[in-house]
Amino acid sequence: MTKTADAVVIGGGIVGCATAFELAKKGLKKVVLVEKKYLASGATGRCGAGVRMQWGTEPNCVLSRDSIKIFENLEEYLGYNGSIEFKQSGYLLLAYNEKMVEQFHKNLGLQHKLGIPSRWVTPEECKELVPHINLQGLHGGTFCPKDGHCNPFKATDAYARAAERLGVEIMTYTTVTKLLQDGDRIKGVETTAGVIESPRVISCAGAYTRELGRSIGVEMPIYPERHQILVTEPVAPKQGPMIMSFYHGIYCQQVPHGGFVMGLGDPHEVKDYDEDSSWQFMYEMAAKITFILPVLKELRVVRQWAGLYDLTPDKTQILGAVPGVEGFYVAAGFSGHGFMIAPVVGKIMAEVMVGEEPQYPIDMYGFKRFESGNLYVEPSVV
Amino acid sequence: MSDCRCKDKDVNIVCRCEDITLEEIREYIKNGVTDLEQLKRLLRVGMGPCQGRTCIPLIVREIAAYAGKPVEEIPLTTFRPPTVPVKLGVLAAGGEKDD
Repeated sequence: MTKTADAVVIGGGIVGCATAFELAKKGLKKVVLVEKKYLASGATGRCGAGVRMQWGTEPNCVLSRDSIKIFENLEEYLGYNGSIEFKQSGYLLLAYNEKMVEQFHKNLGLQHKLGIPSRWVTPEECKELVPHINLQGLHGGTFCPKDGHCNPFKATDAYARAAERLGVEIMTYTTVTKLLQDGDRIKGVETTAGVIESPRVISCAGAYTRELGRSIGVEMPIYPERHQILVTEPVAPKQGPMIMSFYHGIYCQQVPHGGFVMGLGDPHEVKDYDEDSSWQFMYEMAAKITFILPVLKELRVVRQWAGLYDLTPDKTQILGAVPGVEGFYVAAGFSGHGFMIAPVVGKIMAEVMVGEEPQYPIDMYGFKRFESGNLYVEPSVV
Repeated sequence: MSDCRCKDKDVNIVCRCEDITLEEIREYIKNGVTDLEQLKRLLRVGMGPCQGRTCIPLIVREIAAYAGKPVEEIPLTTFRPPTVPVKLGVLAAGGEKDD
């Protein structure tokens, strides 16, 4: 049961689907996407559904700024009949001490240099943006009106449907068990549905990229870390912007459907493939969010879940060719913000994989930085 | 939610939390979306306050009929906590020692 392909994409999240679509758009005839469960079953479908340009490093600012431009017209770009539920009502990032105020001003400087329309807001202005916010301890924040929300399932579905129309074969419930190598070249993948031979293979498999690398003796600095989220019952529109507090390690937005989606980063989380939800999270999340947004105490939690961040040492994604294995590429290590930069990542990876000069300085995102030590340490991650 | 969002009187509501009809479910299944996990994510069935208690058995029956398989062979989705909706205020207070 050996088949052949021009490119194999591992992982059916938004990065994999966007990459497969862009590869087919470039004219590759036979692109096969392999997903071990269903589309968006991993980090994409478990994420907080936010999209923002307000980052602290140039790679993240540029990729998110340009991806949001694509999200603005994604349905048209992909010929999607449904809605990806994209809304731009901003992100309000909250500062609770002087150090954060300083970091935020530094971030604003970088963002303005890159044309991102973010601004400093006083506590009073925070109250205008989110009237139910508790001002206790708040020094102010930054706000970018172009940031917002997008439905990860729908956006992934849009890319997948468009990819299929261009001839991409999507194999769900199929696991890549190992990569196949021939000398210093990639030869294909072994899956639970047989071997697929291909001169190009890309891992868009999130934290599982590390295990795929290990199957051919390549060690990558990517670590899985569980992050948890809950959602409340839907209510009438009450909160426009997503609020984020790096001090509390939380974020919370009201999605277009009406529910409040909120998540929490736990610094003590063990780096492992644990996707179970915990009752401790629900208590901690509730305590923190009802301090910042007291009126939410009347809302009922209807569901909680967990997903994996694919963390790197500098919390910035790894994009590009894997040194020493020709034809093997990686788009992983997104450290919690892969969804919002996927549209541009898909384009970059397709360009690199067909041998074109990428529109973005790809070296910046590659493996080399871990050797040279020129890291892009992202300060603005929950 | 105060306003009734009913789309039409002559339809069969399968998912009462999200106002999804039997006709919509059948349309998706006919178009090849026969995985309950996918239906859940595309239509929000089973994501409401009832946790799918009403709609999931009905939808599973539809998938089974379409696939020509017994109902017990249709995989279910993960059931996520909490079992019943709980107010954030109640959870926030639950962490205090004097409770």
